[in-house]
Amino acid sequence: MSRTLLDKVWESHAVRVLPNGSTQLLIGTHLIHEVTSPQAFGMLRDLGLKVLYPSRTFATVDHIVPTDERDEPFSDSLADAMIKALRKNCADSGIKFFDLPTGQQGIIHIVGPEQGITQPGTTIACGDSHTSTHGAFGAIAFGIGTSQVRDVLATQTMAIRKPKVRRINVDGKLAPGVYSKDVILHIIRQLGVNGGLGFAYEYGGGTFDAFTQEERMTVCNMSIEGGARVGYVNPDETTFSYLRGRPYAPGAGQWNAAVARWKASASDSGASYDDVVAFRAEDIAPTVTWGINPGQAIFIDENVPRLDEVPEKDRATAEEALAHMHLKAGQPIKGTKVDVAFLGSCTNGRLSDLTEVARHIKGRKVRAGVKALVVPGSQAVAALAESMGLAAIFKDAGFEWRGAGCSMCLGMNPDQLVGDQLCASSSNRNFKGRQGSPTGRTVLMSPLMVAAAALTGEISDAREIFNVR
Amino acid sequence: MSLEKITQVTGRGVYVPGDDIDTDRIIPARFMKCVTFDGLGEFTFKDARAATEAEKKVHPLDDPRFAGAGILLSGSNFGCGSSREHAPQALYRFGFRAILAESFAEIFFGNSTTLGMPCAVMKPDDLRAVAALIESDPAALLTVDLMEGKVSVADMDFAAALPEHAKEALVTGRWDAIADLLESLDGVKACAAKLPYMAA
Repeated sequence: MSRTLLDKVWESHAVRVLPNGSTQLLIGTHLIHEVTSPQAFGMLRDLGLKVLYPSRTFATVDHIVPTDERDEPFSDSLADAMIKALRKNCADSGIKFFDLPTGQQGIIHIVGPEQGITQPGTTIACGDSHTSTHGAFGAIAFGIGTSQVRDVLATQTMAIRKPKVRRINVDGKLAPGVYSKDVILHIIRQLGVNGGLGFAYEYGGGTFDAFTQEERMTVCNMSIEGGARVGYVNPDETTFSYLRGRPYAPGAGQWNAAVARWKASASDSGASYDDVVAFRAEDIAPTVTWGINPGQAIFIDENVPRLDEVPEKDRATAEEALAHMHLKAGQPIKGTKVDVAFLGSCTNGRLSDLTEVARHIKGRKVRAGVKALVVPGSQAVAALAESMGLAAIFKDAGFEWRGAGCSMCLGMNPDQLVGDQLCASSSNRNFKGRQGSPTGRTVLMSPLMVAAAALTGEISDAREIFNVR
Repeated sequence: MSLEKITQVTGRGVYVPGDDIDTDRIIPARFMKCVTFDGLGEFTFKDARAATEAEKKVHPLDDPRFAGAGILLSGSNFGCGSSREHAPQALYRFGFRAILAESFAEIFFGNSTTLGMPCAVMKPDDLRAVAALIESDPAALLTVDLMEGKVSVADMDFAAALPEHAKEALVTGRWDAIADLLESLDGVKACAAKLPYMAA
């Protein structure tokens, strides 16, 4: 019988069915960070339990690290206590920690892939909802709470229900200036922020076949914003060539066998799905959010919706969004004044994101009065970008070049909005208060659109600003 | 580890209206700089409450009429966004023992169940009817009956259902999975041994 990748991975990782009908699922790779793990280690100590597979657990520090002054102790004593707790917990349990001095630290969802830890046909869990990123490699990867971090540390398994699978096909060729970020924002806009409840999203079709591995990561990253805890792309040659030679990828002696297994893990051609939807790449334009959840999005040429255009059930949220964003129903989004431009995060903080922006902004200048930040997703990304001369291009243009971390994606470190500043952001969430200020305003968009906003001081169409044809 | 069998939750209710209330709203990230969950209760809906106060209005969670409520009511897709268990932990420490909503985000739902805080789904009209009853009589006691899949208030019953697996876990006292998971470590090792990437 034809099966999906999810079916196959589920079958090979199911330990047993629990009394309430959930699956006890083996988690092959457990990623941890400083925010959601200390309480879990505390619970283990209270229960007298040890980490069962320390060699399958990997840690880094990302949410709370400052991106400018990185010397320890951190000026924020709470943040300092969190990094020290993680360092001690990893040392006590024998867990590999990609710590600040290693040159391998970064956002956990960028470190896993670049180290070759993220592999096809595996299960991955992390106390972070953007764990869906790793699905870009054909892994079944999902965010978990802290009690489940405890469960995985102690048993390398967790209790979970098998989701249904929705196949999302995107075919055709994206127009110049349209990116994978626009694809996922468009998907969420169309299917809703809760459309994926109970589903894993399997992304495929010609557009995905043509995507680089990093473009696929951007899409899978935001699956959770559409309500889907899991999003994945079937592994192919693009995936294998990305992984070859990375530190934790199979070595030359095991490579061919691993690739054979990985190929076999992909969904069979006749697999059946609980739901199938299709989009055309040609229908997608640069997309920006206008509201307070990622589904409240429009094309850059569209106007903010009038309330009578919004389905009745969504109207109250739309009104709340307009009030928070200081936008008027029916107004163009283009031209809205921008205070801050943030390029980074687990969604768009990878080398290809920085490369694409740098090639367009070379020789241009950030608009006076705009605070523009570039935050590489990992120390490895930063080092490569510096050696390639990208950092210099950003700095010459007036961007601040920072150290690796989650930075302004969420308000857990010194990079935060002030008051009701409006931020053009390559991150993943525009929730009220997300970027650290309760009244701060976030507009999500692709990295090149962030650059266009930085240069013009307003929400702009990057295709016009950079003459992209 | 024996846990309480949660078959019913009784308490007064409070309605926080709105759809897609995310976990950043329930507890803003800057209050997660901690290594324990102790003390998170006071940060529940912190920014939303402050913003309401700034508008010279009263947020339901600060309204003395609803002080001490043990059952929270809200809209659809409650708890979306970040996987932070800090959100249900904060709600639990604030005093909530059950949540009624039109629907729940998946990770939040699992985190809450693991704390023994049932999340039951209601039809929008029923939810608004219960909210109206609370508004007219804040002292009214609500009883969420997991076995019957209903909430009772003021001699009226409304459907309030949990998915079968969550109901089963709560009513049998197996809502924290760790004991069940620890029972089969031999099975875990056998399963891992068949996976080349776990042996490497």
